[in-house]
Amino acid sequence: MFGLDKKDTTLLLVVALLTLLAPFILNPFPTDSGLAQFNAGYPDLMQRFVIFGIFAIGFNILFGLTGYLSFGHAAFLGVGSYSAVWMFKLLSMNIIPAIVLSVVIAGLFALVIGYVSLRRSGIYFSILTLAFAQMSFALAYSVLTPITNGETGLQLTLEDPRILGTSATADGSIPVTNLFGLEMRSATDLVIGPWSFTFSAGYYVCAIVMLVAFYLAIRIFRSPFGMMLRAIKSNQNRLNYTGLNSRPYTLAAFVISGMYAGLAGGLMASMDPLAGAERMQWTASGEVVLMTILGGAGTLIGPVLGAGMIKYFENIFSKINDNVLHGWFAWMPDGIEDLTVAIIHPFIGKGWHLTLGILFMLVVIFLPGGLVEGGQRIMRLFSRKKATKDDKSKAKQPAE
Amino acid sequence: MDAIILQILNGLDKGSAYALIALGLTLIFGTLGVVNFAHGALFMIGAFCAVTLQRLLNLSFETIDPDKTDFLGQPLKVKTPYVESWFGPDVGATIIDWSVPLAILFAIPIMLVIGFVMERGLIKHFYKRPHADQILVTFGLAIVLQEIIKANFGANPIQTPAPELLSGVATLMDGVVYPVWRIVYFCFAALIIGGVFAFLQFTTFGMVVRAGMADRETVGLLGIDIDRRFTIMFGLAAAVAGLAGVMYGPINAPNYHMGMDFLVLSFVVVVVGGMGSLPGAVLAGFVLGILESFASTTWATTTIPGINQIIIYLVAIIILLTRPRGLMGRAGVMED
Repeated sequence: MFGLDKKDTTLLLVVALLTLLAPFILNPFPTDSGLAQFNAGYPDLMQRFVIFGIFAIGFNILFGLTGYLSFGHAAFLGVGSYSAVWMFKLLSMNIIPAIVLSVVIAGLFALVIGYVSLRRSGIYFSILTLAFAQMSFALAYSVLTPITNGETGLQLTLEDPRILGTSATADGSIPVTNLFGLEMRSATDLVIGPWSFTFSAGYYVCAIVMLVAFYLAIRIFRSPFGMMLRAIKSNQNRLNYTGLNSRPYTLAAFVISGMYAGLAGGLMASMDPLAGAERMQWTASGEVVLMTILGGAGTLIGPVLGAGMIKYFENIFSKINDNVLHGWFAWMPDGIEDLTVAIIHPFIGKGWHLTLGILFMLVVIFLPGGLVEGGQRIMRLFSRKKATKDDKSKAKQPAE
Repeated sequence: MDAIILQILNGLDKGSAYALIALGLTLIFGTLGVVNFAHGALFMIGAFCAVTLQRLLNLSFETIDPDKTDFLGQPLKVKTPYVESWFGPDVGATIIDWSVPLAILFAIPIMLVIGFVMERGLIKHFYKRPHADQILVTFGLAIVLQEIIKANFGANPIQTPAPELLSGVATLMDGVVYPVWRIVYFCFAALIIGGVFAFLQFTTFGMVVRAGMADRETVGLLGIDIDRRFTIMFGLAAAVAGLAGVMYGPINAPNYHMGMDFLVLSFVVVVVGGMGSLPGAVLAGFVLGILESFASTTWATTTIPGINQIIIYLVAIIILLTRPRGLMGRAGVMED
């Protein structure tokens, strides 16, 4: 279907099903139960899942396929956010022109930065992208204040022209972002017994955009172009010796992944019309690297999983505090209960970054393929008999 | 003229910090071939060694002074640090006052141990893996170290004042007034850098290490246990970063993310200097520090707005594109 083979169609359908049913899947616990804090089915968080999923999918096209480790990808996300907010300020509150502009601008930005940075590879490439991103961050914070509104961040005001829309609504407030009248903020609640599910318009817009982005990524992975990118990763020298200029391919990959980042930035601004410079800081670039590696670089589903996992941790783990822990371990004898809570305490709440760091190190050390490789290993464990049969045919190593 | 001298001086102290961190990074890269993103965290741990020592020295017990009362009319509680009761009030107060310089002695063994443990426990397993993996695992380690410090010391900066004698300002010549501690920092950095170079140049151990940097395999074939020496060099690099952190405390109060702030710039410095070149790292550190300070002058910021924010990155981009090996890079090191 859609020009994909059977395996990829299944993958796409599974992802589509999961994202579209996310409000149910992420809210497995009744609202009043003690486990309700593990529910992630509220619109704000779900939107972040899919938006960072798009960001990570795009990053993976560059890093997973070509092996070029960019440490400045957040710059494109920031540029996308700024352009989207400017579109809301100047043209209208419809999100389509805003997203189109943010993708285009981020693409142009990526073209310039990529053209310069891709002259080098390895660590030099990482440092160059880092340098460009930090430059954009510093400029957005200081000199470009007329465009970026500096530290405060770019916001909508009542005085904005909005040529195709209205500067202010009838009751004198700032209009809401919409898709041809469908307001991004609108949501309906569905209450079934003790459960409550929220369906937000904004989430479904993001989810559909992500599915399209995911589909495009599958097509890129399976195309001859994707093959060429993989060749660059496995041995760029050999590719050059065959007389092939690899630069246009890496540049194309860089621009595509920059446009994905711009798309994510545009969507982020569409859900909440704000843009700040901190979105471009290098720690934000580091975060997308973490997501991609954690999920599994070079795999299709990995980055989405990684993005979801990190955002889930960030929002859910950081909410757990000592009282909650005491509640959980109340069945233990007093002394042991306090000890258990004291041991777990540094890893939760404000300390969730520590958990993330440890998890990330463990993944890099033991599971270089990320969560996806972990999943595959478990699968192999269950179907070992079958695997030993196939071993003979798999034993042929490619000539290196 | 005075203004120019002042700017150069201003650049020197930041440049010293860059140079010290970049020196350690280059030592690690040149010997082990590992790109260490956790080096900034080592710098930060050094600074927190000073904080720890300061807290240890200030540990005190309470006594009740029956002659005086506090503002509530209760008998006044007097806190006396143990150090003061052991060595007498004058000597004790001096020891507390000099806690930052004393922290150097305290930090060296700690940093060496941290360096050894890190190399043997983690980095060793990453020699054969691609540079991207090394960057990622050390990046993860940096997050972990930073969060451990944050959990123990909180997120706010902690003041570590310089000793009374070395705080305040000095008038160097007429019109040039400069904080004493920054001069101390520069001299200290020069001493450490000189010490590292002398160690590598004039000792047998240093000779073996240099030989190992040039050709690790041949040195190994000659029957020398080069790995053990490289582990010691890693510890040394960690100690250099730690000392840079200890002494930096009085200039900028240590906080848990100071390592990350310096790391990005130090990497730029290393790359500009040339991966694997020790003199290059030191030179680039000072040059970029001074350039940054000149770019912060009013004249520069009015001519090109925002230049002070981006100068280092701009220089790095230009150098990387025009001189692929950096300022003093050796042929054959990370050229791709």
